[in-house]
Amino acid sequence: MMTSSAPTTESIVGMTPGARMRRRVFGHYGLMFGLAVLILIIAAAIFAPLLTSHDPYAQSLFMRMKPPFWMNGTNPDHILGTDHLGRDYLARLLYGARISLMIGLLTALVSGVIGTTLGVAAGYFGGKVDLAVTFLINVRLAMPVVLVALAVVALFGGSLQVVILVLGFLLWDRFAVVMRSSVMQIRDLEYVNAARAIGCSTTRILLSEIMPNVVNNLIVIMTLEMAHAILLEAALSFLGLGVQPPMPSWGLMISEGKEMLLFQPWMITIPGVALFMLVLAINLMGDGLRDVTAPEAKG
Amino acid sequence: MLAFTLKRLGLAVLVTLTVSVISFSLLHLSGNPAAALAGENATPADLEAITRQYGFDRPLPVQYADWLWNALHGDFGQSYYFKLPVSSLIADRLSVTMTLGVCAICFALFTAVPLGVAAAVRPNSIIDRTALFLSVAGQAMPSFWFGLVLIVLFSIKMRLLPPSGSASWQHFIMPTIVLGYYAMPAIMRLTRAGMMEVLNADYIRTAHAKGAGAGRVLFKHALRNAIVPVVSLAAVQMGFMLGGSIVVEAIFALHGAGYLAWESISRHDLPTVQALILIFSCFYIVFTFLSDLANAWLDPRIRVG
Repeated sequence: MMTSSAPTTESIVGMTPGARMRRRVFGHYGLMFGLAVLILIIAAAIFAPLLTSHDPYAQSLFMRMKPPFWMNGTNPDHILGTDHLGRDYLARLLYGARISLMIGLLTALVSGVIGTTLGVAAGYFGGKVDLAVTFLINVRLAMPVVLVALAVVALFGGSLQVVILVLGFLLWDRFAVVMRSSVMQIRDLEYVNAARAIGCSTTRILLSEIMPNVVNNLIVIMTLEMAHAILLEAALSFLGLGVQPPMPSWGLMISEGKEMLLFQPWMITIPGVALFMLVLAINLMGDGLRDVTAPEAKG
Repeated sequence: MLAFTLKRLGLAVLVTLTVSVISFSLLHLSGNPAAALAGENATPADLEAITRQYGFDRPLPVQYADWLWNALHGDFGQSYYFKLPVSSLIADRLSVTMTLGVCAICFALFTAVPLGVAAAVRPNSIIDRTALFLSVAGQAMPSFWFGLVLIVLFSIKMRLLPPSGSASWQHFIMPTIVLGYYAMPAIMRLTRAGMMEVLNADYIRTAHAKGAGAGRVLFKHALRNAIVPVVSLAAVQMGFMLGGSIVVEAIFALHGAGYLAWESISRHDLPTVQALILIFSCFYIVFTFLSDLANAWLDPRIRVG
């Protein structure tokens, strides 16, 4: 991905490793673009109270369905307009970024811990452990994610915690698959055998010999799963079985805008574009990180 | 080959059973099914009667064994909401979902494979860039939002296609595009990577050298070899897509099994949800099983390993 934007290997031979890395990172347009957009969205989420004086929950009967700035009949106080309950759309969008980012980060953390533990154990110990983990991965892949997530959220009630836990317990498969194969590749290399020979404990070998050498793969999967979780949360909330109103989740905003699809299509355009940009930025960053940390695995 | 097939078959059955145990316990441990069934105005006596009638007072393993035994005989119980046998309910709806799934995977293959081939033949050309952009955008596009955008464009602005329902073939066009676009990026990337690798192989140079035409080399020699992993990926994607069709069916009010799942979940109709989870899992398991077999048949190295 983005193969052409990274400098070729020939041009960076003869530089120090640090300079080579910097050259690769800053020369990678996809990575730079993704990083820039992501920083912008994170900043907007953190500084939301400074960027807008409106409360995302405050309703106003007199200010309903005001269009955004590029349309007629707009209200200068509400740049992106207001929704069907008169809530400021910009404020909801900014506070909604917090929900998406939180879901993405925490879900990736939960699923990362589960998947990495399973994958590293399977890759390092092999044998029966590997068989058991491979079986679990097969079972997980066979479960229809959206269906199971919807059913469980419906039964436990849609709160932020439930959505994060459900997605965390459903999205660990890619971590396990990738960690398993990357640990398998290095578990019999000389330096690992050397650590074994001088009598290091298994914990020590795993933590200080194995983990540092697979952590770049871990980070790449983490970004991609963050994007996956953000999209899934939006889909669940859109179907009415994720984060519940009146929270300003982007998926929920699109679902509310759907009711006005005929006359006010901008109501789905704004949160939809925001969602698209966020996921695009995270994906570009993940792909870029893979190109930069493992240039040999490009393609 | 027989030993390999039996081993895979055993694994597939084991995975199916485990999925059914997990989904059964998830659905039955989280809350009281009798309360959901009785509604809000039920008296304790009603609850008691329903609990006894449906056998919710029995130990969970017994209830599971009972359910499994009946499920093996094609009886998934009665739907709480429709008061009909779940099996006939799902059988009615499944054809819509299957049609959508087949159309979507065909759409994905017929757009992604040519794009992937063109991108591999001319790396870094405009076509390659466009294909890359389409696949990056496809992975970031929320499918429910993409569906709504299509409705705004083609149903509301241009008035070309019906926005919802499943009465005619026109109703399937937009859902096919939305669901197919979801599977496109992976297929395109794999086709491109496979073709790039094959095009550098010695036998392609030989084919060129002995004077075979460019088109003949590309399709008869190269694509034939590059397409094998794509076909098995498409089978797996098909399994995923049937499970993911719930979102697409909900947007376009396409009354298939996915729509039924969404309705049943909202209504706490446990027997229907339970059966649907099992059926969608089975689709995935069957498709991956078939693709494993096809791969092993084409590549003997897999059988041994």
